[in-house]
Amino acid sequence: MTMNTVATDNPVPAGSEKHYLTNGHTLSSWLFTVDHKRIGILYLISLVVFFLLGGAAAVLFRLDLMTPAGDLLRSETYNKLFTMHGIVMIFFFLIPSIPAVLGNFLLPIMLGTRDVAFPKLNLLSWYVFMAGGLLALFAIVFGGVDSGWTFYTPYSTMYANSNVILAVCGAFIAGFSSIMTALNFVVTIHKMRAPGLTWFRLPLFVWAMYATSLVVLLGTPVVAITLVMIFVERLLHFGIFDPALGGDPVLFQHLFWFYSHPAVYIMILPSMGVVSELISAFSRRRIYGYKFVAYSSLAIAVIGFFVWGHHMFVSSQSVYAGLIFSFLTFFVAVPTAIKILNWTMTLYKGSVSLQAPMLYAFGFLGLFTIGGMTGLFLSTMATDIHLHDTYFVVAHFHYVMVGGGVMGFLGGLHFWWPKMTGRMYPEGWAIFAAIVIFVGFNLTFFPQFQLGYHGMPRRYHEYASQFQILHVMSTAGASILGFGYLIMTGYLIWSLKFGKVAGSNPWGARGLEWETTSPPPTENFLVTPVVKHEAYAYDVPSETSDVQEPRPEQHNV
Amino acid sequence: MSHHVVGIKVYIAIFLSLMVLTGLTVWVAFINWGFMNDVVAMSIAVLKMTLVVLFFMHLKYQARLLWLIAGAGVIWLMIMFALTLSDYRSREWIESAFTRPVPWVASEEAATYQAEQMKAQESEDAGAHH
Ligand SMILES: [Cu+2]
Repeated sequence: MTMNTVATDNPVPAGSEKHYLTNGHTLSSWLFTVDHKRIGILYLISLVVFFLLGGAAAVLFRLDLMTPAGDLLRSETYNKLFTMHGIVMIFFFLIPSIPAVLGNFLLPIMLGTRDVAFPKLNLLSWYVFMAGGLLALFAIVFGGVDSGWTFYTPYSTMYANSNVILAVCGAFIAGFSSIMTALNFVVTIHKMRAPGLTWFRLPLFVWAMYATSLVVLLGTPVVAITLVMIFVERLLHFGIFDPALGGDPVLFQHLFWFYSHPAVYIMILPSMGVVSELISAFSRRRIYGYKFVAYSSLAIAVIGFFVWGHHMFVSSQSVYAGLIFSFLTFFVAVPTAIKILNWTMTLYKGSVSLQAPMLYAFGFLGLFTIGGMTGLFLSTMATDIHLHDTYFVVAHFHYVMVGGGVMGFLGGLHFWWPKMTGRMYPEGWAIFAAIVIFVGFNLTFFPQFQLGYHGMPRRYHEYASQFQILHVMSTAGASILGFGYLIMTGYLIWSLKFGKVAGSNPWGARGLEWETTSPPPTENFLVTPVVKHEAYAYDVPSETSDVQEPRPEQHNV
Repeated sequence: MSHHVVGIKVYIAIFLSLMVLTGLTVWVAFINWGFMNDVVAMSIAVLKMTLVVLFFMHLKYQARLLWLIAGAGVIWLMIMFALTLSDYRSREWIESAFTRPVPWVASEEAATYQAEQMKAQESEDAGAHH
């Protein structure tokens, strides 16, 4: 994309004093901001805190699992810790991660507009998110919730201690924050694109945000009302899920997974959007099969709503329904495979450079593929009977949500870090941390496939001694993984002050966000850009690129 | 966006119809129409929902895009109902597969088990008629 207005007429030099970060230094200039970029930063800081808390819980119970008897923690504490890890990581990190941080920061800039459609609603979403998050955290830390992140009935409505209700309330409140963000994104994408920015010139990240927002809008109300039903049954004794009152516990699973399976796509679609940007930028090529990648996001969003029953093959769900759900689940693999194919084709004959964001994109490709393929084992009814509720499932969804979701988030965070902060992260450290994270992740979760296959159930505090060696490997991996995250947190904070000052376009990428300064001015663009190309026009010379590069034409023989 | 002003009379009329329909729901709940009870109750509920969406939520006065969005919500609700019912409606198929006499099961044990199952089913059916 290029601007037809000549930006160089009105230059704002990199590192100049006037940009969104210097527009007010007081605390209230942050807490009452309606600037989408500042709100993105508020989300980033809050999510990092939630991520570190959820991660700390995981490190604790992984240490405990080093010995078959679980010598470090009491069983009750163990149950509370894995519940805390699940609730915090899913509801308060993974679901908001990319949309609320990168989406909030980038979407209006990528669309060439000044802000999202409803800036005040955007700020409200952060407050609502924090209210939900702190309430849930309060219930978890001071009360102790041990139901697992799924809040399954009848345990949650009849047996668990009443803090579970507070945690449920927290998740319910946070749901409204996702709905506000999604609503904002849908309206902004429909109504506020810059002149010339047609749908098929949009960055694929924007398509991914659009598909994700639709999933949020259609799914979140269902889980909200389901959580209210827990509330109503627990406090008013209405018979909904409790058989003694005429309810059905499996109904909870239907309603819960109607949202929570699509929620997996809320976590993974944004990552796929980031990976599209990374692969195109670091192989200097137009993305292969743009429309297929764009439409496959929508296809995943829609098909994702037809498959939830694959979580319930060994509940009392009818096997006939199971057959339908199993069959439908296989279809999700099709649009996903289309994406993987198109990314691979983009790399083919591209001039690939292995910088840190690209390493995360490659991490995504490999790990998400393993996560997806093992999903097929679990969506096949016969094998699922063996693997259900074992560590195989734990390994599978961590490969999808960490190997996919978190890798995409970290790749995107590094890629857009210079845009967000005006500083480069240290490349050497970043490559080192990316490798440490990749190794640590695989060492943590690959042994868990084997544990599960051999019959180790998930969520058990104690286990048979034959599983110990694999558990020790997994714990060692988790420590390496945690170390990798700490290195990353360290150098990112260091770079805020000491990092090399970044120019407008340190990667020589073609997206509209690289045409404005780093960090962008509060208005994003000093003149409204007029878009003439799609976001991957690597055959058109860029006016802002800081990268001396071989022209891509020389590859196109 | 058009800011159509809805008169207070419309609101009152809709409110009164909702109250009447609520009364109707309560009234029909005391009449035994067999399976038609569910159909009638759900029809009244859908009618009430439609009134609320059209008038209280102003959908009647909005652009087609908003109709599309509201329609998508309804379709998604149908997906949820249809696939959830695919479970509930087919659960008894398994039971009937158990209780139906199976000629190729030769063992005495299986025959006794089947007889017990059928007896239990019969007494359950008899119980349901009371
Ligand atoms: Cu699922």
